[in-house]
Amino acid sequence: MKYASLKKANLNDWLGHLKKKAKLYAPRKKENLFIFRQVKEVEDVCLEYIPTILPPKKYYFPQKEKLFKFSSQPFKTAKAIDKFEEFILFGVHTCDIAGIQCLDVVFRDAPEDPNYLNRKDKMTIIGIECLKYCDKYANCTSMGNHIPRGGYDLMMVDLGEKFIIHINSEKGEKLVTGLDYIKEATEAEMSLLERAREAKKKIFKEEFIGPLPKVYDTFDKSFASAVWKDVGRRCVACGNCTAVCPTCYCFDTQDDLELSLDKGVRYRIWNSCQMDDFAKVAGGEDFRKGRDNRQKHRYYRKFKYPVDKFNRYFCTGCGRCTRTCMADISLIETVNSLLSEEGLQ
Amino acid sequence: MLEREILLEKMRTTPYLPMKARIVEAQMVTDKEKFFRIQLENKINLGHIPGQFVMVSIFGFGEAPISVCSSPSDKGYFELTVRSTGVFTDRLHKMAKGDELGIRGPFGKGFPIDNMFGYDVMIVAGGLGIVPLRSLIRYIMHNRNDFGNVQILLGCRSPRELLFEEETKEWMKRSEIKFNCTVDRADPDWKGNVGLITTLIPGVDINPTRTYGVVVGPPIMYKFVIVKLLEKKIPDHQIVVSLERRMRCGLGKCGHCQIEGVYVCQSGPVFTYNDLKKFKGECHEKAV
Repeated sequence: MKYASLKKANLNDWLGHLKKKAKLYAPRKKENLFIFRQVKEVEDVCLEYIPTILPPKKYYFPQKEKLFKFSSQPFKTAKAIDKFEEFILFGVHTCDIAGIQCLDVVFRDAPEDPNYLNRKDKMTIIGIECLKYCDKYANCTSMGNHIPRGGYDLMMVDLGEKFIIHINSEKGEKLVTGLDYIKEATEAEMSLLERAREAKKKIFKEEFIGPLPKVYDTFDKSFASAVWKDVGRRCVACGNCTAVCPTCYCFDTQDDLELSLDKGVRYRIWNSCQMDDFAKVAGGEDFRKGRDNRQKHRYYRKFKYPVDKFNRYFCTGCGRCTRTCMADISLIETVNSLLSEEGLQ
Repeated sequence: MLEREILLEKMRTTPYLPMKARIVEAQMVTDKEKFFRIQLENKINLGHIPGQFVMVSIFGFGEAPISVCSSPSDKGYFELTVRSTGVFTDRLHKMAKGDELGIRGPFGKGFPIDNMFGYDVMIVAGGLGIVPLRSLIRYIMHNRNDFGNVQILLGCRSPRELLFEEETKEWMKRSEIKFNCTVDRADPDWKGNVGLITTLIPGVDINPTRTYGVVVGPPIMYKFVIVKLLEKKIPDHQIVVSLERRMRCGLGKCGHCQIEGVYVCQSGPVFTYNDLKKFKGECHEKAV
């Protein structure tokens, strides 16, 4: 079976089934925004959502993650996590799936990161394709992430009465077989999918004023651009943009001691290149001074450096950095300003 | 298993887990710097290349990148020399012979010793820069015939800050290694040169195409030293520098040490000037 179909009326039955298989995480409403959260009541799952406050990154690259346990007297170390649990990410947008692929590339690059890879091994991804824009902040079309490009086990498309589900892996197939309410998609349903994809082409238009290779070339030339001064002047160095980014993975390590001051745990915690001490060494030298240079670094880590290193853009187009910015720094505007400096209209 | 295999296997399977190590010797060598001789568990050799660094762990205080200052030809132990300059290094200074700490590594790219065989070597050290360079100097001393003429230029702020004094005397006595030293500010007992390290360079006699210039020191120092070495016509790829950066993982992941797209902990800390000149503006050591 390559495509399956599920009546919307049976969605909660399926969610109940998935919940029994593994820990299930899905989007739900939180005040006027959305978050990924473990599913307790299937009714809480909300599939019509704009990108969640934090990407699902928190499940495979936790904000505070145990590296190992230690004792200093006598010197001893021990595993901090005995077993990694199976989990399902449900209702993931294609932009966030692109984010997972980016981090896969990073943490598989030698030397490999066992903590990440152990979690990733236990992860099942069930995506949902967007048929309209979440809001004005997204630039997923320019990044090519508005349509599914693999990297998932199952991908759902909302066709009104039904979901059509693309089965992309064996792991995914096991989650849709043997259930009387999930059937192989009919030809009529497949043509509905075609029509939905056609309709999308009219809605999703490139957000940047130039094609992606041009964006890369522009970054190659824009290291001294005045745009960075402008961005730096507005930035308040809060670090929100990096915390919500699905492809930011900079971290720090931290030792937490028990009251005995002898035993404890070493953690790794998210860190942000926007913090002013990020590149400062003990002697006091700061190797990336100024909010302009730190913002520039963040942008180059999306549009230039990873392209050189991994042949992949690290902006997914989710729009979170713009949505969350307290100073209204817009990624689309910044990139377009650079492009227009290069003569594009 | 071979020692190298043990270390590589550790790096592959548990890259964040430090190995147990014991301080077998510790002594203050200046007012601010302390010297440590360290033995890994089961006395396995670190097997580093001169110029590489280790991540030193003190549980409860964290981890810091420290250059190894002994040569791989010093077997059974390795050595560190550390300035007390923050919470972690202050705690490290309180540690004494017999105390245990954690070690990960060795990390990064060291000095290009294989490429330097047969060449003359001009070593320029500023302040604490002599610490990583000591690993290279000792390596050269132990493999003296692999190298041509060797000269060392050392600069520091005042005679009190001069590191490895005994060894320096030994280097000076060894006729086959030329040694020259200068201080920014002299004290009454000082009989040597006074002035910046850059003043020593024009006077040295070298065959530039057959010479490797190796520079370690603070950014403000290298900038000007590199200019002088370029004036001496040493080719860009034979000017070698080691860079200091903040580091948390040593694995090219945590992001702190990045210069533009390059992770210093994996691609460095040793670079040639040919590498450095390609940076667009984030490399503070690039010659002006």
